[in-house]
Amino acid sequence: MKPKDNVIKPYGDAWGDGQVQMSFTLPVPAGPTAMEAAKRLAAQMGLEAVQVVSMKDLHGFSHFILYGSCRHSVDLDQISVADAGEEAMTFEEVNSFIAEEIGRKIVAVGACTGTDAHTVGLDAIMNMKGYDGDYGLERYPMIEAYNLGSQVPNEVLLQKAVEVKADAILVSQVVTQKNVHIQNLTELIEMAEAENLREKLIMVVGGPRIDRALAAELGFDAGFGPGTTARHVSTFIARELARRL
Amino acid sequence: MSNQLLALDEEKVRKARHLARSIAQGVQADIELNTTVSVERTVARLYGIDGANHAGVPLANVVVDQVNGAGCLDRGISYWIANAAVALDRTPQQIAEECARGLRLTDLETQEPNRVAQAEEDYTNQALAAISRQRQRREALKEKLGLGREPLKYVIVASGNIFADVEQAKSAARQGADIIAVIRTTAQSLLDYVPYGTTTEGFGGTYATQANFKVMREALDEVSEEVGRYIQLVNYCSGLCMPEIAAMGALERLDMMLNDAMYGILFRDINMDRTFADQYFSRMINAYAGIIINTGEDNYLTTADAFEHAHTVLASNFINEQMGLAAGLQNWQLGLGHAFELDPKMKNGFLYELATAQTIRQIFPEAPLKYMPPTKYMTGDIFMGHVQNAMFNLASVMTGQSIHLLGMLTEAIHTPHLSDRILSIENAQYVMENARDLAQEISFRPDGIIQQRSAAILSQVVDFLTEIEAKGLKRAISQGYFADIKRPEAGGKGGEGVIRKGIDYSNPFMNRMQQELGIKTGAGKGRPF
Repeated sequence: MKPKDNVIKPYGDAWGDGQVQMSFTLPVPAGPTAMEAAKRLAAQMGLEAVQVVSMKDLHGFSHFILYGSCRHSVDLDQISVADAGEEAMTFEEVNSFIAEEIGRKIVAVGACTGTDAHTVGLDAIMNMKGYDGDYGLERYPMIEAYNLGSQVPNEVLLQKAVEVKADAILVSQVVTQKNVHIQNLTELIEMAEAENLREKLIMVVGGPRIDRALAAELGFDAGFGPGTTARHVSTFIARELARRL
Repeated sequence: MSNQLLALDEEKVRKARHLARSIAQGVQADIELNTTVSVERTVARLYGIDGANHAGVPLANVVVDQVNGAGCLDRGISYWIANAAVALDRTPQQIAEECARGLRLTDLETQEPNRVAQAEEDYTNQALAAISRQRQRREALKEKLGLGREPLKYVIVASGNIFADVEQAKSAARQGADIIAVIRTTAQSLLDYVPYGTTTEGFGGTYATQANFKVMREALDEVSEEVGRYIQLVNYCSGLCMPEIAAMGALERLDMMLNDAMYGILFRDINMDRTFADQYFSRMINAYAGIIINTGEDNYLTTADAFEHAHTVLASNFINEQMGLAAGLQNWQLGLGHAFELDPKMKNGFLYELATAQTIRQIFPEAPLKYMPPTKYMTGDIFMGHVQNAMFNLASVMTGQSIHLLGMLTEAIHTPHLSDRILSIENAQYVMENARDLAQEISFRPDGIIQQRSAAILSQVVDFLTEIEAKGLKRAISQGYFADIKRPEAGGKGGEGVIRKGIDYSNPFMNRMQQELGIKTGAGKGRPF
């Protein structure tokens, strides 16, 4: 029976069962001790009625798959997420929006900055082909897109932005080991401020570990995480530029 | 011999190979005009120069930069080191240490030519003997322990800390991995030097250093004995230090090297002349050391569409084959690359993957093909990712691939956790053993989707190579023929490290290797008038 209130927990096959699946590795060989350790950890993580459904020995390590019922719940009424309702426009809508509201092409420069050599995210947003059926910015008739590729120093990205009179800068950061991306993104914002460019540019960042909150904290106008396609980015840039004009 | 599920148009295969040979020859002329700072540092390293100065600059760089700064590198570093060694009665390493303290090699008096030549010959012999000993040792271990069964399971470790990498690598080998690749720290490809010593800090990977190579090879030798299989070690012979890494790998008995003729140009924006000269010497060293190279065509499909551009992979395989053979590699050393990258939503996508993989298998029957897993369409949905990898494993065993890089269910999320690697090994073991002899039981319909797709790709390859041959490889790259990426002929990183050879240039290693590998060019000698 589904209660009327907005307090929820994970759903297995019945309202309120709290079912959670979890897997992890412990740095001890499989055995009764490891099994008990896994159960206790799960209990500390808030699971009840923990069932270890698989324990495998990995030569000195042990791998667990377990189920349990989550004792915690969340009240949806307590949640407010910024901009949650804003829908992305389609490819056609973005182009006509730019034509009508801005009246000229938007210039966007994108790069994987610093030491990052992984262009898969940047290419998904910028390349003609795009990703998952959503065309990239290079295909937009109303966007002039420059994809600078990988390992672009922050100063080169800013130089290029000045050279082509960019409206927007797109930065992709895939490698996040030891938070190397934080340092790099902070440096970009500081350089832009020092060069007096920050206010003139819409600056956005994307990557698997990026979200809105992190982007805002670092001083970017927007952050795009997993699942983003070109129309999310183009919608944001077009609306933001229209707002600023 | 691979099975012959597809009927290939042999005339087209011959034509494609002929065109690729002509394309490779077109670049060879340029290769022979130039040397590079990296080629010369390789000679210095092979002469025994190791270590770094007080500022951490490798001594190989100290010596080569000094001679280059004096405008004398067009003669080759070999001469300058040998001349100094004779003049001062010191070893190359002692000379390099003196250079770090201010000795100027080009200020020394010219020594008697025969004595200098003799010194060059002695150092060269010593280095080649060391490489040969490692090659023999590898062959003996392979003989004694044997290798795993193809497709060989290849996994990566990438912790940043060589000692943590060792633990991960041993664990993977015990679970069934056959090949261990230590991913390099991001951006090492653009360093114009090779760092020194063991390292414990890296981003998305671990520095390739000679000391790290040694640590990992020793660990894998131990675990090889334990598991009763020779576990092969891979690193990256790419970027700005291709030949130096090759030399280090040859001395420390790496077994495979990622080593592509065009990858650096396309994906790292490295200068064309630099890459072509560097790849040539690096491949010659790999050839001599008995190392299998892995080429990087899989990358084309991450930036360009995998269906529309499948033929560019095969075309590049043909070019990499010819450039590899030109550098003295044998067919068994050519781990030509390709990938399973079609959109999983595509109807019959698996059939198209089979068509490409089987076509490449049949065209290069002796090559230990390197098959790369899905990456572009991997998402955070690890359950779906695990299934995509299972399909990849099936395609690989059905088409007889040799080097199989295991897909990780967490590909889109992080460098692999220990358990990710083991789940992937189990996935591959299950699928490959379950479908082991499937290919012997089936045939493809002559008018079917797979056969037709194969024929279409082969026709596209011939047209594509015909265009490239007419333009020349450099112009074709500059016009975006590969991976949808355009690189200017004269641009790119590391171009300042390309030096036109003088008439008195000499590189004793190139000369000796060319002789022993049966290569008919004069790249180790001076520029012809």
